[in-house]
Formats: sequence, C-alpha cells, structure tokens
Amino acid sequence: MRRVALVAVAAALALAATAAAAPNPADLEAELVCPTCDTTLDQSNAPVAQRMKQIIRQHIAAGWTEAQIKADLVDQFGPGVLAEPPKSGFDLLAWLLPLGLLVAGALGVGVVAWGWSRRRDARDGEDEPPARLDPDLERRLDAELDRYDA
Amino acid sequence: MTGTVQRVGQAIALVGVAALLGLLVWKVAFGNEDGAADELARGEVVTAPAFDLDRLDRDGTLSMANLRGKAVVVNFWASWCIPCRDEAPVLQQTYERYRDQGLVVLGVDVNDFRQDARRFMRRYGITYPVVYDGKGSTVGKWGVRGFPETFFVDRSGKLVGERISGAVDIERNRDAFERGVALALGSKQ
Repeated sequence: MRRVALVAVAAALALAATAAAAPNPADLEAELVCPTCDTTLDQSNAPVAQRMKQIIRQHIAAGWTEAQIKADLVDQFGPGVLAEPPKSGFDLLAWLLPLGLLVAGALGVGVVAWGWSRRRDARDGEDEPPARLDPDLERRLDAELDRYDA
Repeated sequence: MTGTVQRVGQAIALVGVAALLGLLVWKVAFGNEDGAADELARGEVVTAPAFDLDRLDRDGTLSMANLRGKAVVVNFWASWCIPCRDEAPVLQQTYERYRDQGLVVLGVDVNDFRQDARRFMRRYGITYPVVYDGKGSTVGKWGVRGFPETFFVDRSGKLVGERISGAVDIERNRDAFERGVALALGSKQ
C-alpha cells in the first residue's frame, strides 16, 4: 500500500514538472518577430504571423521545449525572428555594448565632475582674504607708519 | 592633470559624435539602396540579382548563375499568400508551354515554412524549380514589396519587361505577363 502511494506521488510530481516545463504560447509570441511586418507575433495579424502562432501551439502540444521551438523557427526564418539577439557569439555584443557605453559614460561624468570640483576648490582658495597679521607685528607696523607720517 | 583628463574626455566625445555622424551619412547614402525593381522601373539595364538557395523540389541548391542562357520567369511567393494560389496554375501552364523553348519558371518561396511550401507545391501540381528563402534575403536586392511578384530575365541574365505585382494573368496584367515572357525568350513584341 505504501509503495503504491509512493509511486502515485512520484507520478504526480513528474506530471507537475512536465506541466511546469511546457512553454507558454503568449510568452513565445512576445519573444518572436513576424518576418513580414517586423513586430512581435503577439502584435501582428499578418498571415505568416498567424501561421507561426499555429505552428508554435502545435509544437507545444507535441511536447517541444521553448528552446526547440525557437531553434526550429530560427532554422526556417533566420535569427532575425528572435526579438532579442542571442546571448552568445557575435550577437553577445548587442548586450555588452550598451552596458559598456553606460559604464564608460558614468565614468566620464564622474571624472569631469571630479575635475570641476577640484578646479573650484583651487579658485575658492585664491579668493580667501589674506591672513591677519600678528597683533604685535601690527602694532609695530602702525607705530612705524605713524612715525613716517609725522 | 585635470586639464589632460578634460582634453581626453573632449577628444572621446568628439570621436563619438564624428562616428555617429558618419553612420548617419552612410545610412542616407547607401542604406536606402534601390532594389532591382526600382532600377528597372527607371528604365535602367539591370542584371538579375544573384542568389544561391536550397531547392524545395529536390535536393541541392540553385543559383541565378546556373540559369544563364535560359529565359527565366522569377516568381516570389509564399504558401500563406492567397493570390499566390490563384496564379499557381497559370505559372505551371506557362512552364509546360514554353520549357521546350528554354524557359524556366523559378519559384522563390519567401518567409514561409518549408513543409507548408512543399504541401502547396503538391496541391497545385508545381513541377518547376522552387528555391527556399525563409529569411527573405532576396527581398531587398530584388526590390520585392509584396507577394506575389514576378520578374522576367532574358538569356543574358538581364531583367526585361516590367515587374508584375499581384497574381499574374488577371485582366490587369495579362498583356504585361505575355510581353515579359516573350522578351525573356528573345521574341520581338
């Protein structure tokens, strides 16, 4: 009895795992592009887009994974059918280049801001009033000037 | 030190702006290059754009170069295109009628599923050669704007006649189709 229950639980878990792995057609339609209209499938009613949606559903019903479905469509229509470029090979540049430019831009802004703040500090130093004289020295200077005037 | 950093920053910014400007100029100058259809419409002498594509009617590939010396009717189509169904019998009849005179009808199946295209060919009894261009790599070079579209190529590989947009052999373009076939074959019209 216990063995039967274990088998039933295992079967239920396997079924749940399979159901969880099945790709969602709506997600796929948002990630694939209609080749004649250059919008994603979910935004297109073009005849080829409708046929692609049909094929996607057929593949899902046949148990294909998301990767297999995408690979089949890339084989038929080329890599341009993917809304996002692949994260490998030369196409990786499409992901890395904007990030690199963002980092370089942030660094550039930081360096320029640092340069400006240093320049302003230096200017502020130049504008400070001269330090006051030692009171004893000031008294002596006043005395000398009075004598000179006299 | 600060001055040097500033100058380097300015140089990088200038190079960036110059690169973007260069890209813009390049796009304006070369990005909107006309397809063969536009050149043909302006009356220019146009060599049929080259391609080398997988065949759907049998194994192997077929290129325009393979067809040099033949008169060719190049038909761009797809199985999901409704007017393509209407013209399929006309193209097949044309092929059967003129093949002994050296005319080849060449179907270019664009933006389509291979299995759908093969089913279409069986359904309409197509026996002329058909190549597969799922990615649409020929569309820009030929200047194809929709499906179906038909071009005529003479024996020297030059485009002749006029491009036919839409299904062939309907009232609107019957004369243009027959003239295109005759020009491709080298008959006087």
